[in-house]
Amino acid sequence: MPHLAVNDVRAKYGALEVLKGVTFSMGKGEVLALVGPSGSGKSTVLRTLVGLTPATRGQVEIDGTAIDYRSSGAVRAARDRMAIVFQQYNLFQNMDVMRNVTIAPIKIKRRPTREVMAEADRLLDMVGLAHKKDAYPDELSGGQQQRVAIARALALQPEILLLDEVTSALDPELVTEVLDTIRRLAREGMSMIIVSHEMAFVREVADQVVFMDQGEVIEVGRPSEMFEAPRTVRARDFFGKIIRH
Amino acid sequence: MERIIEQLPRFFTEGNMLLLLEAAGLTLAMTFVGCLIGFGLAFVLVYLRQAPGLWALPLRLICIAYVEIFRRIPFLVVIYLVLFFIQTVSSDASLFTIAVIAICIYAIAYTADIIRGGLESVPRTQIEAAQAMNMSRLRTTFTVVLPQAWPVIIPPAIAFAVSFIKDTALVSQIGVFELTFRGKELNNQGFSGVLVYGTIAMCYFMISFPLSLLGQHLEKRLATPRGERRARKVRRA
Amino acid sequence: MDYRFQYGVVWDNVDALLQGAWLTFQLGVIAFMGGLLIGLVGAAIKSFAPQPFRFLVDAYVVFITNTPALIQIYFLYFGLPEFGIRWSSEACVLIGLILNAGAYLTLILRAGFLSVRKTELEAGVTLGFSVIQQVRYIIVPHIAKSIYPAVANFFIVILVMGTSIGAVIGVDELTGTAINLSTVNYRWLEYFSVIAVMYVVLTFVASIGLALFGRWAFRVKARIF
Repeated sequence: MPHLAVNDVRAKYGALEVLKGVTFSMGKGEVLALVGPSGSGKSTVLRTLVGLTPATRGQVEIDGTAIDYRSSGAVRAARDRMAIVFQQYNLFQNMDVMRNVTIAPIKIKRRPTREVMAEADRLLDMVGLAHKKDAYPDELSGGQQQRVAIARALALQPEILLLDEVTSALDPELVTEVLDTIRRLAREGMSMIIVSHEMAFVREVADQVVFMDQGEVIEVGRPSEMFEAPRTVRARDFFGKIIRH
Repeated sequence: MERIIEQLPRFFTEGNMLLLLEAAGLTLAMTFVGCLIGFGLAFVLVYLRQAPGLWALPLRLICIAYVEIFRRIPFLVVIYLVLFFIQTVSSDASLFTIAVIAICIYAIAYTADIIRGGLESVPRTQIEAAQAMNMSRLRTTFTVVLPQAWPVIIPPAIAFAVSFIKDTALVSQIGVFELTFRGKELNNQGFSGVLVYGTIAMCYFMISFPLSLLGQHLEKRLATPRGERRARKVRRA
Repeated sequence: MDYRFQYGVVWDNVDALLQGAWLTFQLGVIAFMGGLLIGLVGAAIKSFAPQPFRFLVDAYVVFITNTPALIQIYFLYFGLPEFGIRWSSEACVLIGLILNAGAYLTLILRAGFLSVRKTELEAGVTLGFSVIQQVRYIIVPHIAKSIYPAVANFFIVILVMGTSIGAVIGVDELTGTAINLSTVNYRWLEYFSVIAVMYVVLTFVASIGLALFGRWAFRVKARIF
């Protein structure tokens, strides 16, 4: 049974339909990459999964359990099992790093404080920012903030981690540190959906590549297939442009 | 002019000065109690105004209507309305209470917009991050939005309260023993209008001006971002 | 609560109330215009005149904005007669409001003057504009657009807060009329609830009018709500 199955999901932004029937699935411990030109709806897919953009039709199943995004209880359940890391990190500006990481597990998941603090220390250590745990977001660089955001998402102990163009807002020299963290998570068997423009990285780390354009899934396949011999015209057009770089 | 000079010793007696001091205290008390309670209730109003869902639409409309209506009614009319309304309901509410209630009602309408502006100044992405973590609306507002909205809310809120000190002069019309009322009293006792109202004006000035300067200073302090403020504290310590 | 509302009495006197509303409007408009004139002069002095004059304007503004309008009007109404000047209640309210509005509008307009960036003026100079042309084609349109919302809002403030103060010294504007009528047959709640509604209607109409005017004259998208 797939870990996550997305079936014909449609979503609207006001009057504009941004997702026109998206279908894909992934297994446990898999890394799935969503790629495509700007405006193809890749970020919207992630936002819909955590209920930030309402889905108008379609089904999402986690481990076989269907989630109806129209019920707030189901949305809460979905948010409980998935965690998202945003392009702009979105750390809480009024809290220090430690509090950013621990507030949700303690207050919302209601886990014991000592356990959460210990886990937070471990996660911050893993992303290499244990020495900054008392710093505030505006004292950190973009790359550091993004790594804190990843730690914050992991502290929620999600089944699936969603990464929304997490390196796109960073200066080039800061991208590597974040990619290293993601590589490590992939090695450790975390189920992840990555939206990214870093094609070389996608090729290296993804188990499955989903190519989207204008709100639809155009082609799905393994990185080797997609990058070297895409089947559809649009995919060939897109990857051709990338490879010529 | 000579009449004024002649009246000076009779005017500036200890008794009169104490009376004015007490009246000034009452003016300040009314203003700050009324504005503080009004501010708290305004926050509730703004929170309710943001209630999501179609079922909450009537609630949202009531909140919007309250603000739009009471921003457009003169304070004097509000004072009289509160006075007559309370007096038909219960016969022994103190005039001070009535004045504070009127100030509250007025302050809610004016501070609600300030609070709303402050809450909306926090980037939507902060709220989305909290939502994605399953944070309830209440917790998000208190732990994420409000702490970031304070610097935007406090300066205009204080400026409003300070400027309201002058509006409390109208409360003299229902007999509260504040500055303007005492002024009218002294004028009726025969003291020169120029002398009396000049002095009362000075009293208001001496209360209002320093407070408004304080408010401006506070505004400048709050305009610096959090990291800079912490750095400054560390350097000083 | 066993108070029986009798709105019939109010309806019988509706023409008196409408006259009061008309006086409110007239006072508001005149006070605002006078204040606008003073404000323009004051802001101009603060921007271009030498020191002693700037200080005088500052002193005027600081004094007026830190003392209640009611006290200012009381000062005129009860103080001036001692110098032999006996103005009517209406005149005192009008002069008092004009002086009051002048101070606040000086602040608003001055902020507008300051908002014209030096670079815009430099561009004007390089294009060969004279000072007068600069004022007419660069400064005024730019300022008018940016300060219009604040100025229009202040008109509403004068209309609502300012004029009602007149009731205290017996001016028969809307609030004053309501007081007069109420003392006759004690229908205070009815009269005052009705004038509350009238004030809301009056200011809404004025807001809409100002918003439309702003859109036509200065292409400003002013908010009504």
